Amino acid sequence: MHIEYGKDTGVHMGRVAAGDAAGDGPLLRAQDLAKIFDVSPPFLNRVLQREEKSFLKAVDGVSFDIPTGKTFSLVGESGCGKSTVARLIVGLYKPTRGSIEFEGRDMASITRRGENSALRRRMQMIFQDPYASLNPRWRVGDIVAEPIKAFGLARSGSAINDRVGELLMQVRLSPKDAAKYPHEFSGGQRQRISIARALASEPEFLVCDEPTSALDVSVQAQILNLMKDLQRELGLTYLFISHDLAVVYHISDYIGVMYLGRLVEWNEARRLFRNPRHPYTRMLLDAIPDLEMTGRERTPVAGEVPNPITPPSACHFHPRCPFADERCKRETPMPIRLSDGGTVRCHGVEEDRLPAPSETIRKA
Amino acid sequence: MAESTRKNQPLLQVKNLRIEFPTRRGTLVAVDDISFDIDEGEVLGVVGESGAGKSLTGSSIIGLLEPPGRVAEGSIELEGRRIDNLPYEKMRRIRGNQIGMVFQDPLTSLNPLYTVGFQLIETIRTHEDISERQARKRALELLGEVGIPAPERRIDQYPHQFSGGMRQRVVIALALCANPRLVIADEPTTALDVSIQAQIIKLLKRMCSEHGAAVMLVTHDMGVIAETADRVAVMYAGRIVEIGPVAEVVRNARHPYTEGLMGSIPHIGHDVERLTQIEGTMPRLTEIPSGCAFHPRCPKVFERCDKERPDLMPAGKSWAACWLYDEAERDRLRALEEAGEAPWKQRAGAAGGA
Repeated sequence: MHIEYGKDTGVHMGRVAAGDAAGDGPLLRAQDLAKIFDVSPPFLNRVLQREEKSFLKAVDGVSFDIPTGKTFSLVGESGCGKSTVARLIVGLYKPTRGSIEFEGRDMASITRRGENSALRRRMQMIFQDPYASLNPRWRVGDIVAEPIKAFGLARSGSAINDRVGELLMQVRLSPKDAAKYPHEFSGGQRQRISIARALASEPEFLVCDEPTSALDVSVQAQILNLMKDLQRELGLTYLFISHDLAVVYHISDYIGVMYLGRLVEWNEARRLFRNPRHPYTRMLLDAIPDLEMTGRERTPVAGEVPNPITPPSACHFHPRCPFADERCKRETPMPIRLSDGGTVRCHGVEEDRLPAPSETIRKA
Repeated sequence: MAESTRKNQPLLQVKNLRIEFPTRRGTLVAVDDISFDIDEGEVLGVVGESGAGKSLTGSSIIGLLEPPGRVAEGSIELEGRRIDNLPYEKMRRIRGNQIGMVFQDPLTSLNPLYTVGFQLIETIRTHEDISERQARKRALELLGEVGIPAPERRIDQYPHQFSGGMRQRVVIALALCANPRLVIADEPTTALDVSIQAQIIKLLKRMCSEHGAAVMLVTHDMGVIAETADRVAVMYAGRIVEIGPVAEVVRNARHPYTEGLMGSIPHIGHDVERLTQIEGTMPRLTEIPSGCAFHPRCPKVFERCDKERPDLMPAGKSWAACWLYDEAERDRLRALEEAGEAPWKQRAGAAGGA
């Protein structure tokens, strides 16, 4: 369909099985999405120092579906491209390749201004740092009212004020807070303001880029609870970006694990944690500190995330993978469908030569 | 000296420590009357949310409180010797030599203008009277010990040539190069990726036990504490609210704040629709509530809580600063609870109805 360059054909990485999703098609479908940044030195340097152009494949052929009313999470370490996916979806970046469909319509095909803004109104974003994402010179009321005005959702001043008060109540703040400035609030309260602003345009789809990473655990619990409540009340669909697997376990219906620009494993959340297939997923799960204190000996995997500008050949994970062989260095693994509906990109899984995941991480 | 090596004397003793910040609008009390010990070779975890005073406690021990912050009351003793009132030069000698430090961000704790080797050698030679060549040999050994591949090549590189995890390894090597008795690690893994965190925690624990150093591990991550620490102190609004063996605090939290904190951490394998939520926010230093600072947010608050401030009292195998564990109150409250008239019931009902 929209697959070009002959890449990543065969299995759609994160296709929700027919019976799994409520309703017909998914709300959002990303198909072979890629974003390549040109990180070359300036022209003159290239000529003088005889350097080649260099490219950073931040996202390299990522496909997934998000069914209406569900939460899909992308997890991975810094530099894996998860935030770039978020930005591609809300339109802050233009994809180099691939397509994004919202309710079955390719976003790239929408060129008429009015139609575009109508679509954009329906998806909003919540950012990681509530200190940086709110303008310190604006009153909270103006911040929350901006989307209402921008999309013309209410005309009169009093209607806008009523709506702002309602939104602040929805995120468990007081309508009186509209007159205050962001610095008068704590981190958790600011994140509530960001959520109120995101909800102001009455969206159906929210992209949340590490919304709780900058917060303390007790505040994180408040925000996660609020997000779950809002999802139930308003029927929202979430794309949730995080590096914290415990948070992701708590909030997600589906999970995709990213490593250096590729989606290496995708599954329904509980299944992914119960039976992680990809060695990288297993490593991430194994790296979580153990609160239960079972005294299990963890084996931290050696090495760190390589430089994404010069990623390792074929399967990017092979230098850190305890099960890698010659094939993993030569041939890029393609997504394969698993018996439980998930997908994974790993030769080891395909050849069925990986040991069963250790007992300790299967406690989930 | 014989006194200080006696077995039952703790390595570090903090008594009634109070840290104040004089400001134009009055004095802020950031750490208020806290006491704890660290035994030789022990790992003490200090947890709490931002603003609880945990990092300040760490910096006051090592004598690096940023002015105008100052130790207003109490004492800090290392091996029976007071160190909180030492002149700058004497404290400088203890720092590094007897107390090592690992900070959160390895990029700011290494000097970007000098090679890693230069910084290690300089530190080793500050504390030990050995030749440059011997110091270099020691530095190479240390780099190898902390798991840096090809130390002979890496030693002459600059911090920016190292990745985050590798940099933190160098910082650990630096902290341990003079064989200190105590290492204060302030959020050593917070800036690192999850897969690296596990490596660094394991390394820190191994290095300190090999070098016989005790550790004060300051972090907000309960998981890291559960895995690493022997005992844990939980801080809230400048006070220690609970202290005890780590297994006890994690599994049987006594203080309502600790209980709430543990419940608010999402767990893999625990399917809960909602996480336990501590209502409200941590009070600002200018508005610390009377009595127990946690009382406005506490689900088990009763009459005494806003009037008198509780000190640490025995609660099972731990100690908790909570009136629920006061002997007189305990029996009275138990009787009331059995009769279905616990004083906090009323409040919970009122909050639920609102």
